[in-house]
Amino acid sequence: MDALILSRLQFVWVIAWHILLPAFTVGTSSYIVFMEGLGLFTGREVYLRISRYWTRIFAVAFGMGVVSGITMPFQLGTNWSRYADATANVLSPLFAYEALFAFFLEAAFLGVLLFGRDRVPRWVHFIAALMVALGTLLSSFWILAANSWMQTPAGYTLIDGRFYPTDWAAIVFNPSFPYRLTHTVCGFFVTTGFVVLGVAAGLARKKQFEADGRVMMSTTLWLLLGLVPLQMILGDAHGQNTRRYQPAKLAAIEADWETGSRIPLILFAIPDQKNATNHFAIEVPVLGSLILTHDPNGTVRGLKEWPADQRATVIFPFFAFRIMVALGVVMLAIVLTGTVLRFGGRLWRSDWFLRICRWTAPIGFFAVLAGWTTTETGRQPWTVYGLLRTADSVTPSLSTADVAISFAGYAAVYLLMFPAGFLIMRRLIRAGTGAPEAEPPVEAGRPSHPVDALPIAGPQGEPL
Amino acid sequence: MTAPFDFVPIWTLILGFGVFSYVLLDGFDLGVGMLFGLAPDTASRNLIMNAIAPIWDGNETWLVLGGLGLLAAFPLAYSIIIPAVYFPIIIMLLAMVFRGVAFEFRFSDAEHKGMWDHGFAYGSTVATFSQGIVLGAFIQGFKVDGRHFVGSAFDCFTPFSLLCGVALVFGYGLLGAGWLILKTEGEVQARARRQGRVCLIAVIAAIAAVSLWTPLLDPEVARRWFSWPDVAFLSPVPIAAGLLALYEWRALGGPADAGPFAGAVGLFLISYLGIAISLWPMIVPHHYTLWQAASSVSTQAFLVVGTVFLLPIILMYTGWSYWVFRGKVRGDMGYH
Repeated sequence: MDALILSRLQFVWVIAWHILLPAFTVGTSSYIVFMEGLGLFTGREVYLRISRYWTRIFAVAFGMGVVSGITMPFQLGTNWSRYADATANVLSPLFAYEALFAFFLEAAFLGVLLFGRDRVPRWVHFIAALMVALGTLLSSFWILAANSWMQTPAGYTLIDGRFYPTDWAAIVFNPSFPYRLTHTVCGFFVTTGFVVLGVAAGLARKKQFEADGRVMMSTTLWLLLGLVPLQMILGDAHGQNTRRYQPAKLAAIEADWETGSRIPLILFAIPDQKNATNHFAIEVPVLGSLILTHDPNGTVRGLKEWPADQRATVIFPFFAFRIMVALGVVMLAIVLTGTVLRFGGRLWRSDWFLRICRWTAPIGFFAVLAGWTTTETGRQPWTVYGLLRTADSVTPSLSTADVAISFAGYAAVYLLMFPAGFLIMRRLIRAGTGAPEAEPPVEAGRPSHPVDALPIAGPQGEPL
Repeated sequence: MTAPFDFVPIWTLILGFGVFSYVLLDGFDLGVGMLFGLAPDTASRNLIMNAIAPIWDGNETWLVLGGLGLLAAFPLAYSIIIPAVYFPIIIMLLAMVFRGVAFEFRFSDAEHKGMWDHGFAYGSTVATFSQGIVLGAFIQGFKVDGRHFVGSAFDCFTPFSLLCGVALVFGYGLLGAGWLILKTEGEVQARARRQGRVCLIAVIAAIAAVSLWTPLLDPEVARRWFSWPDVAFLSPVPIAAGLLALYEWRALGGPADAGPFAGAVGLFLISYLGIAISLWPMIVPHHYTLWQAASSVSTQAFLVVGTVFLLPIILMYTGWSYWVFRGKVRGDMGYH
């Protein structure tokens, strides 16, 4: 039992850190393609500068994404071997296709994108950027197909507790997949959009990088003006899908214990799992039915329709969902404010707005984590929704001490690595869009060689 | 088997190819990482790093393919073996984190460059050693009941698996030295030739030790290698290994640039073949054959279609990316 809880915490730890990287690299790689393309077709130097700038930052994020991602396929074996055994016939090709379609594509063309600018013609370099971006999208496609199948399984038969495929199209394009894919990828683009917006606002406030910052900010503001409302529409559609296929999860997200029509929207409450009720609830009458069913008289099923051991722990999806929505509202407000200022011709003079953009640069990451928490904790207590329990998925041979040791290892390494990566990216961001290429390239951005003495001796005591 | 078509042989080949590709490609990567730690100055460390910087990510991707290929084609083996080597796998993954981020971090974080350099060298060494333990534990076999591993997570640490760990460190070191000889010149190359010879001596000793120890561990393996007429068919394997070792020794002496790497690849290939002969047709030694551990026919069929189509394309564009960075590496290579 304790090995189970620790395994879950370990999985949360490794995947929560990991998802921050794709949330950034999926969008950034597309942004680099966009800028490379503009540079290629217009021949303007500014786009190339911006592309190089983001490529430097992208390289750090991508490297961290790779190393934290390699862990994931092995997590299934180390800690979730019964899940692996039960679902492999159905899910493993989806994972394997992610590697075959996406990882190799990204990896091979990443080298050319980062190091090949002077070695290949410009259009080939553009193609390399395009292939890396395509790779990140293909990766999202397959991994979210697998994740969606765990939420809304289809196209299988269950024999002796193990899943067997019957219809591959139904497995890949399972009911929640189109909604999850579009909502997640759009969320990743929005996340990157706010990072670019914040960074651009910072650059636009400095005389030296003013022009580049304005180009970045202007294009991104247009992009976000489309993407943020789109994301809300996609989120609503995803919610409708959840109501249809995972009603118990929707009830947990909304903390609705009783089935009813004309139900209120609960803005805030302290859900009480044990007594199946809420305390201190702040509600808006009828709005719950209206939002969830698009009909004021619509009926929403309550958690009491399911036995207590088939309900998610309500506080996690309930609060995570509210945080996500609140952040979405903030994002919409920022984009609308920016657009109003732009049309009033006051955008570049509104220093307060540029500051807000800077401060809200990481907002998308929090929204992604909140959304991810909503969907994954809402799926509990199942790994395959309604069919395979999380408690029956864990590796049987693991002792509590085993997982405690490995979790401590993951905790220590990630606590060193992720803040370091974050600081390095922040430094690259602050260095601005200038051309570090003018300086010694292996010391990118740093003029001197502060570390010249060899710090490492061989195991034999001296170099061979 | 009552299957309409038997995909197990082709999956055995694909997985065998995938794992060997990983061992070769990340093998020289990790080996270069270990030799990096022995380089005497910043200039040669930069050079050594640049010899693999554009390609390491693709090389490591074969590890993902190996893990997922095992899960997809032989899920029963995956769900028994991976829990059995819980700690070596996780230590390997954590070591690889240090190693992987070092590429970008040391470029962008000059004042902590020493720390990232340490991380790169020690990360490469620890990851390699862990992989050797996985290999050794795999050859020895696991405690299995039904569809689960039932031993302890510490069972995998045995004298034999630790020997395999040491063997792999020198084996990857040899591959890494071969790669550096291919990609560099001058003093860095000369040093790699000397380091390669030290590695080669250790590799020969390790191959001999593992080859003698394995039949002692398992009478079935002994019967396979030493009984008549098998011994006649299989004797070319150790003879080829001996000839390859001799060739490798001479190639390391120079002047050939590609010979040492080719010889190291040959030595790995023959060792790989030796292990395969010892274990065939088991995928969980002593417990399950490839056929017993296979996933459903529909699963293997669905994945084989795409794999047979995609693998050649992957090899093509991966080959192209190596071609872009062909020739000797220079310390001032343009970055980003």
